[in-house]
Amino acid sequence: MTTTLYQIGTFAAGNRLLAPEQRAVQSSTERGNAITSGHRACRGCGEALAARVVLDAASRASSGRMVTVNATGCLEVFSTPYPESAWQVPWLHSLFGNAAAVASGVSAALRATGRDDIRVVAQAGDGGTVDIGMGCLSGMFERNDDVLFVCYDNQGYMNTGVQRSGATPPAASTATTRPVGTSVGNAFGTGKSLPLIAMAHEIPYVATATVADLHDLEAKVVTAMSMHGARYIHVLVPCPLGWGSASAETIRVARLAVQSGLFPVFEAREGAVTAAMTIRAQVPVEDYLRPQTRFDHLFRGDGRPDVVAALQERADRNIARFGLLAEQPDNPPDGRPQDPAPLEKETP
Amino acid sequence: MLRQLEGSRAVAETVARCRPAVVAAYPISPQTHIVEALADLVTAGELASCEYLMVESEFGAMSACIGASAAGARAYTASASQGLLFMAEALPNASGLSLPIVMTVANRALGAPINIWNDHSDALSQRDAGWVQLFAASNQEAVDLHVQAFALAERLSLPVMVNMDGFVLTHAMEEVDVPEQDDVDAFLPPFQPRQWLDPDDPVTIGAMVGPGAFTEVKYLMADRQIRALDTVTEVAAEFRAAFGRDSGGLVRPYRTDDAEVVLVAMGSTLGSATDVVDDLRAEGVAVGLLGIGCYRPWPYDEVRAVLGGVPRVVVVNRAIAVGAGSVLGRDVRLSLPGGTTVVHDVVLGLGGRPVTRAGLRELVLDVLAGQVPDETLHFADLDREAVHRELAREAALEEAAR
Amino acid sequence: MKLPYAVSLGPGTSAADLTGSWRTERPVYQTLVAPCGNACPAGEDVRTWLYLAESGGAGYEAAWRSIMETNPFPAITGRVCYHPCETACNRGNLDEAVGINSVERFLGDRALDQGWTVRVHTPATGRRVLVIGSGPAGLSAAYHLARRGHTVTVRESAPAPGGMMRYGIPRYRLPREVLDAEVDRVLALGVTLELDSPVTDLDAARAEGWDAVFLAVGAQLGRRTYLPAASAAKVLDAVSMLHGLETGDRPLLGRRVAVYGGGNTALDAARTAKRLGASDAVVVYRRTRERMPAHEDEVAQAEQEGVEFHWLSTIERVEPDGLLIEQMELDENGFPQPTGRTERLAADSVLLALGQDTDLSLLGPDSGCRVIDGSVETDHSFATGVTGVFAGGDVVAGERSVTVAIGHGRRVAESIDAWLAGRSAPPVADPDLAPYEALNTWYFEDAARTHRPLLERARRSSTFDEVVHGLDEDTALFEARRCLSCGSCFSCDNCYALCPDNAVLKIGPPGEYEIDLDYCKGCGICVEECPAGAIRMVPEEV
Repeated sequence: MTTTLYQIGTFAAGNRLLAPEQRAVQSSTERGNAITSGHRACRGCGEALAARVVLDAASRASSGRMVTVNATGCLEVFSTPYPESAWQVPWLHSLFGNAAAVASGVSAALRATGRDDIRVVAQAGDGGTVDIGMGCLSGMFERNDDVLFVCYDNQGYMNTGVQRSGATPPAASTATTRPVGTSVGNAFGTGKSLPLIAMAHEIPYVATATVADLHDLEAKVVTAMSMHGARYIHVLVPCPLGWGSASAETIRVARLAVQSGLFPVFEAREGAVTAAMTIRAQVPVEDYLRPQTRFDHLFRGDGRPDVVAALQERADRNIARFGLLAEQPDNPPDGRPQDPAPLEKETP
Repeated sequence: MLRQLEGSRAVAETVARCRPAVVAAYPISPQTHIVEALADLVTAGELASCEYLMVESEFGAMSACIGASAAGARAYTASASQGLLFMAEALPNASGLSLPIVMTVANRALGAPINIWNDHSDALSQRDAGWVQLFAASNQEAVDLHVQAFALAERLSLPVMVNMDGFVLTHAMEEVDVPEQDDVDAFLPPFQPRQWLDPDDPVTIGAMVGPGAFTEVKYLMADRQIRALDTVTEVAAEFRAAFGRDSGGLVRPYRTDDAEVVLVAMGSTLGSATDVVDDLRAEGVAVGLLGIGCYRPWPYDEVRAVLGGVPRVVVVNRAIAVGAGSVLGRDVRLSLPGGTTVVHDVVLGLGGRPVTRAGLRELVLDVLAGQVPDETLHFADLDREAVHRELAREAALEEAAR
Repeated sequence: MKLPYAVSLGPGTSAADLTGSWRTERPVYQTLVAPCGNACPAGEDVRTWLYLAESGGAGYEAAWRSIMETNPFPAITGRVCYHPCETACNRGNLDEAVGINSVERFLGDRALDQGWTVRVHTPATGRRVLVIGSGPAGLSAAYHLARRGHTVTVRESAPAPGGMMRYGIPRYRLPREVLDAEVDRVLALGVTLELDSPVTDLDAARAEGWDAVFLAVGAQLGRRTYLPAASAAKVLDAVSMLHGLETGDRPLLGRRVAVYGGGNTALDAARTAKRLGASDAVVVYRRTRERMPAHEDEVAQAEQEGVEFHWLSTIERVEPDGLLIEQMELDENGFPQPTGRTERLAADSVLLALGQDTDLSLLGPDSGCRVIDGSVETDHSFATGVTGVFAGGDVVAGERSVTVAIGHGRRVAESIDAWLAGRSAPPVADPDLAPYEALNTWYFEDAARTHRPLLERARRSSTFDEVVHGLDEDTALFEARRCLSCGSCFSCDNCYALCPDNAVLKIGPPGEYEIDLDYCKGCGICVEECPAGAIRMVPEEV
């Protein structure tokens, strides 16, 4: 007989009532701390957190046989200013736009020299992924090189002072999309979803995740690491500096992005969506926008309810497209694709 | 064993015998026959445990080589012209990270206008990228330089570019001796990287360096380049000892003793120039030739030693420095400070225009006749009539507009 | 490796950069008082014992022992407590309050089932304390005094111990074997119980040489009111009826029984009348249901059992075959005012349940105890005006319930213990409560409350079998795990896992964390994402 764990479910990182293997890697004192203290990320940096979560999970999944390649960007700059490196894993930085190709080269080298037990994880920000790095990334996908590529998406060029990137959402104010005159901030383009582009390459595995759910993020990394070939994980990482959110609210804002439907969390294999995380407590997009000063102009004075409505429409489209509401069949109602195994009850 | 081979095929076979673990390349004329031949060799399994990455761009090619080299593998690529420029961002990165990558450049002009034919604009545009740049005079030397390049690169932990003239060499059928596998293996030990990505020794490669240490990093790089001059000489000597052939080295002086005038050139021009020197010497003209085998690092001392007492030097430039003169000519001038040598900076053979023996002979004679300026860049094979016509037309148009 | 200068670096060297210097605020772990425990009249540390119970297995006994630190009667309070803890429970803001009371009963029953006992670890002090009354206050005090090494004698006027637990609460709410078992456990500590021994003179009792006396005689007298009544009318007081039932009397109430009053005793009387064979049991109450002091659960159960209610009604007159009832209406202040409209209600008997009074005849005229409105006045330590005499339970003013009395008994024991040792009683601290807003409820899985199964309705009307059953183990564990652990770390590791600067250290046993101030930048994520509100930010002194 089993009793499901109710007190905190699996939403918190760890739980004394869960078997250690059911807790997040991040709750373990044995975690690798791929990136360690003393790095110079801003207070409350989502990317610094995500990088540790991803690499610790990947490192555990590969029994420590892992090397990393990093694109230029915040993560690279705040982690390796001479004479200090925050990395405790083998780490290579070459350029901004070439992380995928460098990783392909590393992977090929390991294979050619008979060390293919060592796994390769490449990481980049959204600029290094969806913009300047997309050519190399597409090549890596198309060749199905044995690399896990992780994009930490903070929706802009934060390292250089918060300019717009191809991943900046519509209506966001950045240093290059100021809402002056009749502008509402970043233009409503057609958007650029790298996860969908990755899926179009029909690579073995594509997933999205956020720093708001470590279990989900880690599970996706573990899934990715259990496979070979080109794999892609797109992680939403709020940026207190660029988003104008409170440093304490990094996790909350990521959660709201998911719960509003603006950021769909899903998995895809060989080009087809195989699972989507249902929204647990749906919120209007306004709840997500309000804590971020980059959307302040939508709420000043009379505000821009039309723009907010347009953003809500985008969220609703995601919800319909990925089946993000629990009523839809095939999705369990509690907001996660898979429940962990129930707790075996101790009996005296 | 001498075989009648296309230059590209000979180079590809040589590279294969150097046992690169990773080849990453993107096709561009006139490099294509090299990477095609390598692809055949890898596909046919003649290159054991080599990964051939058909990348999406030259930028990807160099980047993959950077990754491969940093992972401790011998890495090779080939490119030319626009392709070399497309990987330009990655070139100083490879050298800055001390990665011993070897690249063949099938030298070709830079557009616009687009032009697929030979000159040295591509390689010389990257003269400050921190790569060792070797120039092959012949296909045999191109073959030999690749063997030396891997040895050099790995001894120095620096990337090495082997330049061979596009089409003129790459597509030429000649008798070439491709070194035997055993001999290459004996000459070129397995790659021992200076640093590599290793889970058991997790280092950070490619840190950010600010004003506090950047100058020192650059100083050390420059110092290593200068010290590389000795290594180039050393490797060439070892090669001679091992293979019985004179290939490579820093400079190649030819009949420069007592010369009134010495031609300075790089690449396949040296072949024609040697013939011209022989012809003119037979006619009693005191002419010599200095071939530059290693363009970067620049062999100041060797150049000065040869040219120091020579009354006239004619630098045959296969590229120009627009708005400033030439590239090679400037290096030669800088090697001759305060001397009495007159340097004639001459351009010819741009964008595939043939550099003929007749042209070179005429050039030498013109110089001796005092018909070549020594202060401005001289375009030796220019269609002056066409240029004057066009200048006149432009002037007229401007006049009309006024 | 021969790393090139500056471009390549050794691993983890950033540890030299103490980013803690960026901080303007620092996180500090805190333990706030949970509203459940704060509301518990018995003073139970509810959050702690729920935490222990959540582990299941050996955790149950640990949880039970935690309860026993304050309340010696978990199986009793698990049945009869009106659980203000649940009213205060923060989870009520999320979905439904945790069923704390039912988990307590599960633990209490398991203890009885497993025969768990408590022992006295303290050496005997040789001090002797007399407890007058064996109700919940008296026995609770006896238990806590005995555990502190004192010699305790409980003097009880009735033939059996328990006070209102036995003579006021019907068996269907509190089976007597449960009561007996929990009382026996107290007596097993060496407490002397003298039954059928009413104390009629406090001074005389004191003169026996006790070091301290606890006056806990309860409020056993049913309050009467004047009702014009025909001589044939059968008017009884509910307290006496319930008491009599326990000593073997079977009152003749007739087929139709009216109960006058709106408290829990009224409902006990009505439900008992049903069980004694009444076809109609009608509660007449002068206010509305919302204003009824009886507990909502009791009202609901009574309704299910067929008890009827006449709201906004007062009895004008008792007639031989019924009642003349006047309808009331609420004025703007919510007070019932007569309307002059009357109706008749057929009834064979009337049970008065209008409150209870204390029999303080033992005090005598010059006892030195001040009595105000029928209650003994005490200070915060329950000391009366007479040195060495303490009073608690229903004897003193305030809310009257089994759990309140148990709490009084414990605090009296603490006061007596302090007084005997020459210490002053500890002051009552102002609790730093954990508000709902301090929690991050995202991390708690949605889990609706379980309900204890009810005895099938059909059996209730004719038997005194227990109505509310206990939870099975699975359900009890489920319920315990619904606890939000308000204001107390439950080692979920969120702070440790979510710190972008690896500045939360997990040290030693589960739940022990430390902020690494060398690296903490003070972002506040740990505070924001702490499910339990167990961390706060405090400004750094600049």
